[in-house]
Amino acid sequence: MNYHWNWGIFLEQVKGGDETYLDWLLTGFGWTVAVSLSAWVMALTLGILLGVLRTVPSKSLVAAATAWVELFRNIPLLVQMFLWFFVMPELLPADWGLWVKQELPAKEFFTATICLGLFTSSRVAEQVRAGIQALPGGQLMAGLAMGLSLPQTYRYVLLPTALRMVVPPLTSEFMNVFKNSSVAFAIGVMELTFQAKQMQEDSEQGIETFLAVTLLYFICAFTANRVMAVIEARTRIPGTVVAQH
Amino acid sequence: MHGDFDFSVLLDSLPFLWTGLQFTLKLTAVAMLGGIALGTLLALARLSPIAPLARAASWYVNIMRSIPLVMVILWFFLVIPLITGKPMGAENSALVTFTLFEAAFYCEIMRAGIQSVSRGQVAAGYAMGFSYGQNMRLVILPQAFRNMLPVLLTQTIVLFQDTSLVYAIGAKDLLKAAEVAGKNYNRPVEMVIFAALIYFVMCYSLSFVVKRLQQRFAFKR
Repeated sequence: MNYHWNWGIFLEQVKGGDETYLDWLLTGFGWTVAVSLSAWVMALTLGILLGVLRTVPSKSLVAAATAWVELFRNIPLLVQMFLWFFVMPELLPADWGLWVKQELPAKEFFTATICLGLFTSSRVAEQVRAGIQALPGGQLMAGLAMGLSLPQTYRYVLLPTALRMVVPPLTSEFMNVFKNSSVAFAIGVMELTFQAKQMQEDSEQGIETFLAVTLLYFICAFTANRVMAVIEARTRIPGTVVAQH
Repeated sequence: MHGDFDFSVLLDSLPFLWTGLQFTLKLTAVAMLGGIALGTLLALARLSPIAPLARAASWYVNIMRSIPLVMVILWFFLVIPLITGKPMGAENSALVTFTLFEAAFYCEIMRAGIQSVSRGQVAAGYAMGFSYGQNMRLVILPQAFRNMLPVLLTQTIVLFQDTSLVYAIGAKDLLKAAEVAGKNYNRPVEMVIFAALIYFVMCYSLSFVVKRLQQRFAFKR
């Protein structure tokens, strides 16, 4: 293997600029975290709502939520990115489309966040639905028999248990959000993967670049995992089996 | 261009898109078959009583699973030519990358599958005088495959969607073909929609098949 190592590359200045390569990577890290966290908030909110809708006793609501989930689950994330970035502005009313294309600040960031948030919402919805359906059927009946309305039964009886049960699968979804955010490079979000490609081309030190970027992704995944582990421990339902990790 | 979609170019570009789709399908098939074969070996390694082997396999699987696929694709595209000393086309690089990457995911499925076979079966195999290899091949793996068939297929749907990420190294798959055709005919929007439609129809039909399989296998045991 004939490779010229240069570990000092991170402190060197980029070609034609006064930043260092480290600055590039840290900017990328910031965008990766920003896209992932905003998408995750969106995915959780929408995902819980959709997961609930998939279990309610209304055929049309279930069908609508199912259609949503199937739509976002069966198109590759990268293609969805292109759909939001290139196709969506064309489908909007003409002046809105023009505004999105020309004036929306940080449009790459917003597009990627919405896309990743909706994509992940369909996966969160599936987990939430599974959690609700794993509850004994008597819980719903008991709630209704107590005189609670259906929304109240979900709010006070079903969701407090179901959501705590699905923390472990949601942990992997949370880690997936960080990994999936890498796809945003394709529409020009200057996140980690984008910076990795840029720094590789500019510095020609591919291995050092990719090692650093991979390490930063590890840090994201590890932090996400630990945060969820704390949440899991805090919200564990007393008397249930402790999951093995 | 608002409101004036022109889908007539789709017909002209079909032969070109077909060459792209062929690569997507080839990549899916190679990565699926290679990934399941390699993944099964990895699963056997992870469950093996030889500690260093089990640890090495589990490291491999965990590392692959915690790096974004796009980065893995970029890594292999960079490193393979450095090791072999000659440039490798984006398409071949993608075939190698996806096989090795998917193996980590199929490994976890096969590991669960092997562990789903009841201990009595394993003990019975040994009691019959089977060697480890015979027991795996004739008793355990056939049941593990059968139990895991829906999950293996679901992973293959994910794999099929993930092949679009070869965009990162410019391999000519369905999405790339759609992008090029969109540029050539100056109809990028229609082409993206059409590509999305093809992916959707294929994934949706496959997931429908998986659902049917699950129902068929559900209460057999």
